Amino acid sequence: MTTLRSAKRSRPRASRPLRSLPSTLLLWILALGFLIPVAWFILSSFKPGSELFSLPLTLFPKDWTVSGYSTAWNRFNFAQYFLNTSIVAIVTTALTVFVSALTGYAFAKYKAWWLKAFFICILATTMLPTEVIMPSSFAVVRDLGMYNTLAGIIVPSIVTATGIFMFRQYFKTVPDELLEAARIDGVSEFGAFWRIMLPLAKPIAVVLAIFSFQWRWNDYIWPLIVLRDPDRYTLQVALRSIVGADNVDWSVLLAASVISLVPMVILFAVFQRQIMNADINSGLKD
Amino acid sequence: MSTTKSVDGRSAETSAVITLERRAKRARRSRRSSTRFVLAPLSFIAVAVVLFGLFFLWPGALGLWYSFTDYSGVGTPDFIGAENYIELAQDPVFYSVLGRTFLYTILSVPLHFAAALGIAMLLTSSLAKGKSAARIIFFLPWLISPIVAGVIWKWLFGENFGLVNYLIELMGGNGLQWETDPNLALVLILIVSTWGGTAFNMLLFIAAIRNIPQSYLEAAQLDGANGWQRFRRIILPLLRPTSFMVILLTTIGSMKEFAMVQALNGGGPGTSNMFIVQYIYRTGFERADVGYASAASMVLMVILIIIALIQMRFDKRNDLA
Repeated sequence: MTTLRSAKRSRPRASRPLRSLPSTLLLWILALGFLIPVAWFILSSFKPGSELFSLPLTLFPKDWTVSGYSTAWNRFNFAQYFLNTSIVAIVTTALTVFVSALTGYAFAKYKAWWLKAFFICILATTMLPTEVIMPSSFAVVRDLGMYNTLAGIIVPSIVTATGIFMFRQYFKTVPDELLEAARIDGVSEFGAFWRIMLPLAKPIAVVLAIFSFQWRWNDYIWPLIVLRDPDRYTLQVALRSIVGADNVDWSVLLAASVISLVPMVILFAVFQRQIMNADINSGLKD
Repeated sequence: MSTTKSVDGRSAETSAVITLERRAKRARRSRRSSTRFVLAPLSFIAVAVVLFGLFFLWPGALGLWYSFTDYSGVGTPDFIGAENYIELAQDPVFYSVLGRTFLYTILSVPLHFAAALGIAMLLTSSLAKGKSAARIIFFLPWLISPIVAGVIWKWLFGENFGLVNYLIELMGGNGLQWETDPNLALVLILIVSTWGGTAFNMLLFIAAIRNIPQSYLEAAQLDGANGWQRFRRIILPLLRPTSFMVILLTTIGSMKEFAMVQALNGGGPGTSNMFIVQYIYRTGFERADVGYASAASMVLMVILIIIALIQMRFDKRNDLA
């Protein structure tokens, strides 16, 4: 009896490496498929210009060099683009988190027909993104005097359905008794939001901040239509102007693209746990 | 009788006092609650309402107005009736752009869905090894902007200089025309968008799969359901809300694909892979035909509304609120 049972139990254990082989193999073939383009791109950016096209192609550079990087940084006023993009991403993110928290809180903790109506309006913005009405969005930004300014990218991007939705879902889970208790103690409505509710929602704020930073850092359409002056370009628009040229200078383009990735990689390295475990299921993509 | 009367009389008296007091209190409370339950939420949503009005309603209304004018970006728009729409209905370029956008969307949605769900299943399976490292790799494209994604794949699939064609030629084949063959260029666009879109959808699926109670799967296993049956009969139905969201968001995302294609091949060769947002951009900004571009925008908007409505109807059980 005992021998039989132990034999039965040990069989799956013995065959586990074999049984896990197909899944593991498939997983890693796919993973390599995802990784190789990036690896090839990053390794190529360290090749000197002469080596980029010389056959036979090699995976690793024969002479490692950062000449592409220094050319890109100096020739294209990259520091300026970096600064512009950082200003846009950071300012918009701060405003997005604050406005989303306020609006989501109102949706979660108050009841009125006009709140419901406005909530539906906000949801509709995910179905009908501004990109589809570019010409008139541009006209609005221009009429507001924000053409060719960073404000013209920042202000229109503050409201996101995702952010408002995330905060609304979260505040719904906070018990109303907490708010009632605060009211009885004579705390004002804004005070209850600012001193009690907002600190509770810190995890949501962090997740939204990461997402918002990514959206704004990688955004292309708004900067494209709003900015004219190359001194005000963001990284994405600047990169597009290099890749769209008739003669693409690959050595510069590759290096410039790698540089533009650095802040996102750092962000990911720091907040990896929050990003990967974010329960974004209730939110929507922007 | 008399006692009851007196009791009644007293109680009437006291109750009158109580009612008065209550009334006063209620009046005070209602004054306070109007600040509390009307003014407070109103001020909380005020900023969002203003921004929504400025950057969604106003452009929407303005776009509708422009679509009936000959506005060119400067000067005053002149009303020309439905002329733009009539012209649009007879514009073969518009039809080919729309057709290409639909073709791309129809191909990309199942591809995105299958890739994200398949990878999420692998990453949550107990069999596969090295899952946490693989998960980071699959997530990498999320960090990369559409423009840089275009650059990365253009570099890899360059017709004369790319690694892929080099390897094909090394193995004795002829390099494929990733840039000059319209259909191969579309295939490349599909590959890149799937590569870039998988990360986010995969996270959605992983979270949803983890929420499936393990006991369901164990019970099915005891009843003799094999892996495929467990997936088909238990996991897939339970993932329905998430699947709905992934499909809806991917459809809308594909319909407005723009930035990545701009960097990858600019909608080329020629204009054969020009999608609708690029068409609107070109007409509105490069040809400065704002009225005509706005008419195209309105058509795209109606299409998006129809898509959203169809999908909502398709999934009645899902409540977005």
